[in-house]
Amino acid sequence: MAEHRPTVAVWKFSSCDGCQLSLLDCEDELLLLADRVQIAYFLEATRAELSGPYDISIVEGSITTEHDARRIQDVRRLSSVLITIGACATAGGIQALRNFADVREFTSLVYASPDFISTLGTSTPISAHVPVDYELNGCPINKTQLLEVIGAHLSGRRPRIRAHSVCVECKRRGTVCVTVAHGTPCLGPVTHAGCGAICPAYDRGCYGCYGPMESPNTASLSARMAELGSDEVDLVRVYRTFNAGSEAFSRASRAHE
Amino acid sequence: MSENGATRIIRTDYLARVEGEGAMYVKVDGETVVDVKLRIYEPPRFFEALLRGRSFTEAPDITARICGICPIAYQMSAVRAMEDACGVSIDSGPLRDLRRLIYCGEWIESHSLHVYMLHAPDFLGYPGAIEMARDHGDVVRQGLEMKKAGNALIAMVGGREVHPINIRVGGFYRAPTKAEMRPLLEPLQRARETALATVSWTAGLDFPDVTCEPELVALSDPGRYPIDLGRIVSGRGLEIAPAEFGAHIVEEHVEHSNALHARIRERGSYLTGPLARWALSGDQLRPLAAAAASDAGLERGCRNPFRSIIVRAVELVEACDEAIAIIESYEEPDAPSVEVTPRRAVGHGATEAPRGMLYHRYEIDEDGSILDAEIVPPTSQNQLAIEEDLREVVQRHLDLPNEELSLRCEQAIRNHDPCISCATHFLTLTVERD
Repeated sequence: MAEHRPTVAVWKFSSCDGCQLSLLDCEDELLLLADRVQIAYFLEATRAELSGPYDISIVEGSITTEHDARRIQDVRRLSSVLITIGACATAGGIQALRNFADVREFTSLVYASPDFISTLGTSTPISAHVPVDYELNGCPINKTQLLEVIGAHLSGRRPRIRAHSVCVECKRRGTVCVTVAHGTPCLGPVTHAGCGAICPAYDRGCYGCYGPMESPNTASLSARMAELGSDEVDLVRVYRTFNAGSEAFSRASRAHE
Repeated sequence: MSENGATRIIRTDYLARVEGEGAMYVKVDGETVVDVKLRIYEPPRFFEALLRGRSFTEAPDITARICGICPIAYQMSAVRAMEDACGVSIDSGPLRDLRRLIYCGEWIESHSLHVYMLHAPDFLGYPGAIEMARDHGDVVRQGLEMKKAGNALIAMVGGREVHPINIRVGGFYRAPTKAEMRPLLEPLQRARETALATVSWTAGLDFPDVTCEPELVALSDPGRYPIDLGRIVSGRGLEIAPAEFGAHIVEEHVEHSNALHARIRERGSYLTGPLARWALSGDQLRPLAAAAASDAGLERGCRNPFRSIIVRAVELVEACDEAIAIIESYEEPDAPSVEVTPRRAVGHGATEAPRGMLYHRYEIDEDGSILDAEIVPPTSQNQLAIEEDLREVVQRHLDLPNEELSLRCEQAIRNHDPCISCATHFLTLTVERD
């Protein structure tokens, strides 16, 4: 090969595979990307593996086992740049609901022989274990943003990803506010942009799958949702989904327990 | 240890080109395969436990996150189970058509991914589709384009490709307009052409001559190829409503796996997925897909798991053809959903995920809180059948060197498009000999 192509590795921890699938969902760009970079490790796509170190590692999933807690240390050691993708890797994912419960009880509810199961009591984001260079939010991530993040790192600049709320995206899209117009509870005011404000465009309130925006005012939003008819159980549930493990949403949910 | 000391252990710790994390372990004593295990070590995520106490309306969004490859299957089985619990059925009319339509999108997306990106490299001798694209660029590009048509359909009806947001208990949050539907037609028509070409292309691949024995199980929906609902039937006389699933099928927990193994009471392993659907409902295909299957020489009741790639291609034709028909006759429904009022009850839902039947059962309280949840994904239903295939492959190819044998084993697993995030994922193979 005449020129050095940067090596990219894709790693999976506890997750649904949807975020790494987003890379294969880049139907128009995938083969171009594969020309620009060397896909060094991506088990969902290929058996071929190159040994590290890697220029960029893309990490999906959260840490839920001792084995994975050790494995992420190896991944960090092998990677110049480590980017986490999705709510599992950046906030612990839906499986972080165990952080609010007793994992032994969870295990015995699902498995007849809980002794066969080896798991940690918590689901934690990658940043709780190793330094992370960039975190891309979303459950799932937006594939256009993923390409932007990879492209930015390849050219040595900051990714152009905005940290404002979903509300801004609704305004930009020209969607009428579902809360103002219909009284529909919506997490848009406290949720990180990036999805393109899909839910309000389909007549439903945002359910926060992109996690908290920069400095969200959850107390104010909770008060408004209570006026619209949400009770305490509803308010716990609404913050406790795919980004339940994020600090802002975790705190907001505990306020209503 | 065997008498001649020839014990071989074949172990693959990560399996590539499947969705999720799994491993394989085979033990050979002399000339006999004594142990085969498909290990599923995708860390447990405890969905059935974390659903307790949630609202019945949250089940489709939460269970979608079990699998990023087939979220619609999870959403559809969940909404059907909740509607069943609440005494509502959406078995006909425009809302059901819309459900079939978005489900067709998932079949197109998932089958294109499997046929072109995950499975074809095994037949053509490449480690993956990206490497395959260097020599067969046009083939990979046409697969990607077909996949894109499926994704565009999901994104339009569902809001986005992965974890769509528009599916709810009772229907949809918003029904698409006719104007939004129209731009999908042209890419779907092209995808249908590609799917037809895919049937002949896959039929021309080289297949080893193998058969699998397990009981074939699929939904049956007279008048339609089974996708979104139906009774559960088998080639050995099973014929039950989804509500009777638990009376006939048991799930067991074994030490080597984080997935539960399902078996039919008193008979044992069974197989769901394309081979089962084709064997049991092949006569329900629309004329175009039926003719494509016939032209390709695909035999009804085919039990060669390698030939499942042809069945997936036929199902791609069916899904494109049906999606086009639904869009062409689409009339916007009066309301995007029907009212569903919770009551204290148990509900069951079974639908056909691209890789096989997916069953959900929920018990809910009168306020709609989930009291109990049970989810049986296709891969845990197929796990015993996959292990039986592995045993057969190893037994037939004991003469092969370890590396090649490992590859054969991986292929035997990929034949079933296992989803390890649902139940399992990939294999890395190491072979130990005494």
